[in-house]
Amino acid sequence: MTNIDYKIIVGLEIHVQMAAKTKMFCGCELAFAAEPNSKVCPVCLGLPGALPVMNRKAVEFAILTATALNCKVAEFTKWDRKSYYYPDLPKNYQISQYDLPIGSNGFIEIPVPGGATKKIRIRRVHLEEDAGKNIHTAGPFSQVDLNRAGTPLMEIVTEPDLNNAEEVKSLAIELQRIVRFLGVSEADMQKGHMRFEPNVNLHIKKDNNEYKTPITEVKNLNSFKALEKSVAFEARRQLDNFLETGECLQSGNKKTFGWDDIKEVTVLQREKEEAHDYRYFPDPDLVPVVVNEKWLSQINSRICELPLGMQKRFVSDYSLSDYDAGVLTSDKATADFFDSSVKAGGDAKRICNFITQTGLKIANEKGCSVAELGVEPDRLAELAKMADSGQVSATAAVTIFVEMTQSKEQPGRIAEKLNLIQKSDAGELEKIVDEVIAANPQAVEDAKSGDKKSKKAHGFLMGQVMQKTKGTANPQVVAKILASKLKI
Amino acid sequence: MSQEILKLTCRQLRDEIAKGEIKSSDAALAVFAQIEKYDGPIGAFLNTFKQDALQKAKEIDAKIAKRQNIGALAGVPIAIKDNMCTTFGTTTCASKILENFRSPYNATVIDKLLAADAVLIGKTNLDEFAMGSSTENSGLKKTVNPWDKSRVPGGSSGGSAAAVAAQMCFAALGSDTGGSIRQPASFCGVAGLKPTYGRVSRYGLVAYGSSLDQIGPLTKNTEDCALILNVIAGHDEKDSTSVDEKMSPMCDYLAGIEKSVKGLKIAVVPQLFEGADSEVVNAVKSAIDIYKKSGAEIIEIKMPHFEYSIAAYYLIATAEASSNLARYDGVHYGHRTKNAGDYIEVYTKSRAEAFGQEVKRRIMLGTYALSSGYYDAYYLKALKVRNLIRSDFTAAFGKADCIMMPTSPTTAFKIGEKTADPLQMYLSDVYTIAVNLAGVPAISIPCGFDKNNLPVGLQIISPAFAEEKLLRIARMFENQTDFHQRRPAL
Amino acid sequence: MAQKKIDIKQVRQVAKLARLDLSEAEISQFTGQLSAILEYVEKLNQLDTANIEPLAHCLPINNCLREDNVKQSLGTEKTLENAPDKDEKFFLVPKILEDSGGF
Ligand SMILES: [Mg+2]
Ligand SMILES: [Zn+2]
Repeated sequence: MTNIDYKIIVGLEIHVQMAAKTKMFCGCELAFAAEPNSKVCPVCLGLPGALPVMNRKAVEFAILTATALNCKVAEFTKWDRKSYYYPDLPKNYQISQYDLPIGSNGFIEIPVPGGATKKIRIRRVHLEEDAGKNIHTAGPFSQVDLNRAGTPLMEIVTEPDLNNAEEVKSLAIELQRIVRFLGVSEADMQKGHMRFEPNVNLHIKKDNNEYKTPITEVKNLNSFKALEKSVAFEARRQLDNFLETGECLQSGNKKTFGWDDIKEVTVLQREKEEAHDYRYFPDPDLVPVVVNEKWLSQINSRICELPLGMQKRFVSDYSLSDYDAGVLTSDKATADFFDSSVKAGGDAKRICNFITQTGLKIANEKGCSVAELGVEPDRLAELAKMADSGQVSATAAVTIFVEMTQSKEQPGRIAEKLNLIQKSDAGELEKIVDEVIAANPQAVEDAKSGDKKSKKAHGFLMGQVMQKTKGTANPQVVAKILASKLKI
Repeated sequence: MSQEILKLTCRQLRDEIAKGEIKSSDAALAVFAQIEKYDGPIGAFLNTFKQDALQKAKEIDAKIAKRQNIGALAGVPIAIKDNMCTTFGTTTCASKILENFRSPYNATVIDKLLAADAVLIGKTNLDEFAMGSSTENSGLKKTVNPWDKSRVPGGSSGGSAAAVAAQMCFAALGSDTGGSIRQPASFCGVAGLKPTYGRVSRYGLVAYGSSLDQIGPLTKNTEDCALILNVIAGHDEKDSTSVDEKMSPMCDYLAGIEKSVKGLKIAVVPQLFEGADSEVVNAVKSAIDIYKKSGAEIIEIKMPHFEYSIAAYYLIATAEASSNLARYDGVHYGHRTKNAGDYIEVYTKSRAEAFGQEVKRRIMLGTYALSSGYYDAYYLKALKVRNLIRSDFTAAFGKADCIMMPTSPTTAFKIGEKTADPLQMYLSDVYTIAVNLAGVPAISIPCGFDKNNLPVGLQIISPAFAEEKLLRIARMFENQTDFHQRRPAL
Repeated sequence: MAQKKIDIKQVRQVAKLARLDLSEAEISQFTGQLSAILEYVEKLNQLDTANIEPLAHCLPINNCLREDNVKQSLGTEKTLENAPDKDEKFFLVPKILEDSGGF
């Protein structure tokens, strides 16, 4: 058998839709699922004589992202036209950035298994406008909707530093977290806010030679699952193809594939008749963007702690598991809410449990973030303290938390109202324990016996006490009293 | 009466209307009578709006009767080159591809004219998409020169120039990418101003060469150029390339126009006279002599890169045009072929059927100049030469207030004379093109007539944003001559 | 005569890029005319531009930005007003078979 050793090489292009109110070059509203062709004006319809004017917010968002991705922000950039004909591209050129992207030479750190991180270099971050949509369900016609035409996008391109499908997915998720933290994109996959195009090939070692397989680009993936699966599929397909044909990378043999979501295979796309010749040239309708120190520092003052750093801090400072810290930092509002609650004096693990086990579920049902449930961080901290001190049981605390998202009352008031304050008064509880002991001689005997039945009987007696107190007894105190009475 | 009205300039007419001496409706009626009588053979207009114009004129008359405030062009009938978008009528660019196109918006200049109470009477013919120097490339109509109907009116704003010369309007807007206002003004014996690039909003001007295009007036004299520039100039937030107040504060171009320029220094480039017809050279030289007699100093200079302007221009303008005209594809608006087998043929056949030869030629040239492997040698090289050409102007304006030269090497040529050889046609723009590459303003005013009684144009070029002085310099000449008052026998 | 600056094959390729379905007569006419024009523009090579910056724009302006405020769109009816072929809500073109969508 031949000795085969190979490495997967992946570079990723990501298009991210920015969270602006209007399009890149006109005032049309960015509205998801609006009536087709209703959010269109002379500029984004490419009418004769119409001219583009840059959206300040989109430019600033791109600069912010470039900085967060450790890029060098260009002091001088310009706009270029990229020419190709397509019905969803009304001007038949896309306004984009060619040789002077707004950000370049950065990196992103992504989590890899075992709690470590890996640096992936970012080649460039640039701004461009999106195309509209062609729809192919109307018989012999394609329908064209231009509502999306002109939507501000960031295109982020990594170096080919990713070496397996899991890393590719990890980068995508990390980037989603970052743009959400920065507030530059909602990064809602369902709404197509992030689209991925991996470039994949293999470096194969065989019989002491290294071979590179032809690079393939998989177009237009819009879920993490499709991204991960398509890269894994491509790696297998390329290996098989190499073993069968021995085909290697040459100039001009790059191929473009689509992804079949149902069959979970990549599909070779029919090549256009002529080679791509985009005829990039500077857009004469737009003026350059000059980023001076003052503007840059103004924009960058908006940079917040980034998710991965925050996640690491939660692990080291709050002793959370990496998993929990990851869940909490999946969006900024949740992470900040957690952090503030802990800083207000709540126990980190308990606050974490409130949020991850209960809060996220409610938030999800309501379609908002945990921070928007109407619970102030210091109130949540208060609740945590009540649970810690045994004022309320852990179960009661959850009930109180749920109530807090509705009534906006203080946790103490809610506990009182719902009668959830635990009885910790040893004298009072002792009386009840005595009553229970007196009423259940068999169980008392079993509990004292020390054999198999003992544990069960002990639990039964505890249960009786709890029943008598309607669940308001502090179980720790009851257990202590019971133990001393039974002398175990 | 109506013939008397037609002789007035915009400024005179506006004053008479404001005083109530002349009714705006009468001015509009006079203009439409003239159009009905003469535009058949001249062919200046693609479209007129008699009903709407008369209605608007009545409204202005009513305003005046009620002593309400009126705009700077109140009641003045004005024509628009048909490459500026209007919500009324069609906006065709004289192309079959836009023959039925109705714009849902007005160009900024149109809104400004309307706000100044101008009466917009019609849209004038042009070379298709403003590509040409004779208006022979119109895909819709033929326009002739009112001075000699066997000759071209110049181009591409040929319809606008002919309409002003034939008194079928009091002024017209044109657009100038490589001389398209100045050269037809010169051929038709009217004044034509190309403002500084960025002075007038391009929003709604159908783009040909975006980094060169500029809207300007064609009028009976320089005073009217100033009056109209007052109305159309200024920053527009819809045009990223229009200059703001900080860079070029607004000024009243009309207020000081009669003030002569003291210590005027005029640069001339002797080599440039070599390529022009002797009658043109003589007329322009006598014009410069008039300035000299009024005390101007004449300085001879060299502009070593001037002769490269045509070559640079036809690469830059066509490159931009190839991209600007990509949108005419039969998908969202405009002509669509009936013979498309698939969506690709919607593009290739619609465009092939509806674009004229010159437009196709320029799209081809520009596409080639931008295509992979040729970009550096053609497009990029042209941009570098453009910089050299601009530096010639910077150097010249270090020594003089303005540069004077002919607008065109010849007077109006015969219809069909240059259509067979596109390169010969391109070469006729030798004096006007460099101005667009440098982005500076220039005006053409009538300065004489040749033996065929065809007007000769004097071109005066000034530094960027110096229109105020440029107009004063031009006005000095009008005050000593009467060429601008001559009208063709129709 | 010197070699033509552009040949028929190149002209065909450019026509394809420009989405122009030119007739054979046009192709051959343009080959000659474009060659003559390209021959003429060769004169630019007389100038040494090694140290000259390209000038794409004459204006010394930059950062023309607008605020992110919503403006009225045309609405579906007006948007489709000039469409050569449309249904209730969409522009129509003959079916696109090899759609790759987006960028
Ligand atoms: Mg892109
Ligand atoms: Zn829009």
